[in-house]
Amino acid sequence: MSNSVISVVSRFLEEYTSTTPNKLKVVDSYLLYILLTGALQFLYCLLVGTFPFNSFLSGFISCVGSFILAVCLRIQINPQNKGDFLSISPERAFADFLFAHTVLHLVVMNFIG
Amino acid sequence: MSVRFGDVTAAARCNDPEFKTHAHGERERERERLAHVTRGHRGQDNRSRAGTTARGSFYAGAGKAWHESDARAREQTPRTGQRAREMAEHHAASDGKHKASAGAGGSVHGSSRPGAAVGGGGGGGTGKGGLSGGLTQPAGWQSLLSFSILFLACLAGFSSRLFAVIRFESIIHEFDPWFNYRSTHHLTTNGFYEFLNWFDERAWYPLGRIVGGTVYPGLMVTAGLIHYVLNLLHITVHIRDVCVFLAPVFSGLTAISTFLLTRELWNQGAGLLAACFIAIVPGYISRSVAGSFDNEGIAIFALQFTYYLWVKSVKTGSVFWAIGCCLSYFYMVSAWGGYVFIINLIPLHVFALLLMQRYSRRVYIAYSTFYIVGLVLSMQIPFVGFQPIRTSEHMAAAGVFALLQAYALLQYLKDRLTRQEFQTLFFLGVSLAAGVVFLTVIYLTYTGVYVPLARAHYAKIHIPIIASVSEHQPTTWVSFFFDLHILVCTFPAGLWFCIKNINDERVFVALYAISAVYFAGVMVRLMLTLTPVVCMLSAVAFSSVFEHYMGDDTKREKPPAEDSSDEDDKRNSGNLYDKVKSIVTMLMLMLLMMFAVHCTWVTSNAYSSPSVVLASYNHDGTRNILDDFREAYYWLRQNTDEHVRVMSWWDYGYQIAGMANRTTLVDNNTWNNSHIALVSRSNVDYVLIIFGGVIGYSGDDINKFLWMVRIAEGEHPKDIRESDYFTPQGEFRVDKAGSPTLLNCLMYKMSYYRFGEMQLDFRTPPGFDRTRNAEIGNKDIKFKHLEEAFTSEHWLVRIYKVKNLDNREPLDHKLRSVVPRQKYTSKKVTAVGPFVSIAFPKTPRGCFVLSTRSVYCHRGAKKPENIHM
Repeated sequence: MSNSVISVVSRFLEEYTSTTPNKLKVVDSYLLYILLTGALQFLYCLLVGTFPFNSFLSGFISCVGSFILAVCLRIQINPQNKGDFLSISPERAFADFLFAHTVLHLVVMNFIG
Repeated sequence: MSVRFGDVTAAARCNDPEFKTHAHGERERERERLAHVTRGHRGQDNRSRAGTTARGSFYAGAGKAWHESDARAREQTPRTGQRAREMAEHHAASDGKHKASAGAGGSVHGSSRPGAAVGGGGGGGTGKGGLSGGLTQPAGWQSLLSFSILFLACLAGFSSRLFAVIRFESIIHEFDPWFNYRSTHHLTTNGFYEFLNWFDERAWYPLGRIVGGTVYPGLMVTAGLIHYVLNLLHITVHIRDVCVFLAPVFSGLTAISTFLLTRELWNQGAGLLAACFIAIVPGYISRSVAGSFDNEGIAIFALQFTYYLWVKSVKTGSVFWAIGCCLSYFYMVSAWGGYVFIINLIPLHVFALLLMQRYSRRVYIAYSTFYIVGLVLSMQIPFVGFQPIRTSEHMAAAGVFALLQAYALLQYLKDRLTRQEFQTLFFLGVSLAAGVVFLTVIYLTYTGVYVPLARAHYAKIHIPIIASVSEHQPTTWVSFFFDLHILVCTFPAGLWFCIKNINDERVFVALYAISAVYFAGVMVRLMLTLTPVVCMLSAVAFSSVFEHYMGDDTKREKPPAEDSSDEDDKRNSGNLYDKVKSIVTMLMLMLLMMFAVHCTWVTSNAYSSPSVVLASYNHDGTRNILDDFREAYYWLRQNTDEHVRVMSWWDYGYQIAGMANRTTLVDNNTWNNSHIALVSRSNVDYVLIIFGGVIGYSGDDINKFLWMVRIAEGEHPKDIRESDYFTPQGEFRVDKAGSPTLLNCLMYKMSYYRFGEMQLDFRTPPGFDRTRNAEIGNKDIKFKHLEEAFTSEHWLVRIYKVKNLDNREPLDHKLRSVVPRQKYTSKKVTAVGPFVSIAFPKTPRGCFVLSTRSVYCHRGAKKPENIHM
């Protein structure tokens, strides 16, 4: 079972590196970075405690929010998904991404206390 | 090119005919030159040719030049499709007004984008001709019609809510709005940060109240902002007028957002119908008349707008619309506690889409963005705080979010791996996910997230203070029809149409309808959340019917292959069909007209009472104004010391604080049950009661008495017993047959002091209580610790001063050793039901605003009967 899982995973990774365009790989690496940051924050919270809670929450939600927005961007600029998003060009997707980040970080800054 | 425009401006400037001819000649030359140029662009539309030359002639201005250009335009035979764009460009061009820039623009356009510029030029040049040409344009008519209908809907909504202002004056109604008004006043005088951090010592004496943390600030901030902007423009409007007229203005905005939402769901015709419906429907008007300065007035607008943006973001899958939805959701959270409805309906919609196998990437983008950014935005409101991640009402949203992430990940993997590979991973993944979910559920149960869910149902029945609010009673069919008239009948038809032609957004509206119907059936108060969806779906139904029966001519022209013998039959059936069509259309129109009449009648008669000022009408139609409330509150304001404390039932707390500006012990924000129950513990200087026996006012405190007793009994079951106040037969009577406990209790005494000497008219004996239709039993009333301070003109409000006695026992703050307080409890709502129908119009809270005035007695007597006050 574990053998097959490992083989599946390795095959998936190989296919991923060969077929994904570079633009998407950049976004994916950014996603990985955000994920690690979020995990670190959560770990810190578990170790040190939740005080002050609003700061932890704002930081963690900032990570999750950035992750989600990057995933949305990736979906929208993926050329395979073009049929779903006829009215949204990649430039428009990126502009939406920036706008959403502005709003998100304004709120996070307000919340961080 | 600059030469051309030089000519043009010169020609425009002077009306000299000689000059005109010269200009005309110039233009001829110019036209040839341009034709030469544009011949190069032969591949383009001939619209181009018309454009550049026409633009020049447009700037030539009046008279011959105008007609010339007119003629030229007409010979071009512009195509209908371009016309709208040309008109639009024309407007853009003429707005520019600066000829040089327009000219430069024109020349640039001439080279790079002939279509656009020329379109503008064509529209501009054929100004006069364009007017007659544009009027035949269906798109232009359509938008003009839509705009005027929406404008009329807003106007109708606004004016329909003004009955109370016209009949009485511009005053804040009811009870709750007085608190909102007072807070807004505080905001405008002291600024925003002062308002957020306001600690009000004058309410809930001696505890005070942290207003900033216990209120939804959206309403106050909106009113304050409008007031600020208007004053900035030197339109000096008083804050009270802003507050009074805020709800009608926002009803217009609600109509517009309902139009937008229904247009997304169905089509523009349905949207317009929905806007008209919601502008006048009584279910919404009841909470948003002019003067009702309450959260629902702006919350329904925020609700509809949030739903519109949500539907838009699901349809387009754009992050921009999702963020817009989040911002609107933030406004909704700041405005009303009903935001919980949104944060549960949207996840339910997503979940339903998942179940119906309608998952798509647009849904994923829309919901994930909405959830995360909406979550952090909603926590900015102090009153909401950390609830979105702690309470059970918000857990559904989080659960669906996690589920959606997992689902999206699985979809992504499924696209990339083969079936077998996917299966192996799937197994592992699912077991992992199940483990995580299990741990989360354990954790949440441990932290007590689910307890309130079970408690809510229990609370509704067993906690008297919640059960006493008449708005929390179940809804009757009468209320449904009264508030919604014909819409409640056509709304299921609209729902069926939506389900029959299902797509992603219609799933949403179906779920909205079903959940709203359920909640409206549970509580009268939640009729308000049902009203928008009923308007939308009825509009869909009406629109479908009209479309079917009015737009059917083209279909009938398609002849199926038949032999000629059927032609006669066809003709006859055709005539019959025409008749049926016109009959149905007429019927529908009549229904709509009756609906409008009903709405206006209901608004005028039932929902336009300020309830602070009462009116009665004599047999000859003249009006008697009973302004007792304000008379009494102003007496308090002017004749008592600023720091006195007034005790009354919590209903009037807000009004006393607002109008009399005196400290109250309890008010409508009933967050502290034990405080209400024990209100007599503290030092009070005045006691205020409402008595309706003289004029037959059914909302007075004797009628609310039972609820007072019940609430007290809930807190002190050993001291107070509800049954003591009933006769042996179980009736609640105030005449001689009433129970001695009731006849000797303080509420009774304060209500009927000196009433025994008063004879209202020659037919009834002295001391005849008009509200309960009985002669009172105990006429000889004497007080030991109170003295009458003020009774208003129609005996509606009575104020008693507490005498300063040296032998009064010191206050004992321990709860358990309290002396039994005389609590006036009012009977169950059903028993005082008959009184509701008398005179007094239905208050927006339903049959009764059951307020209790808990009166204290603290003389150490153990049994209530021995109390003499």
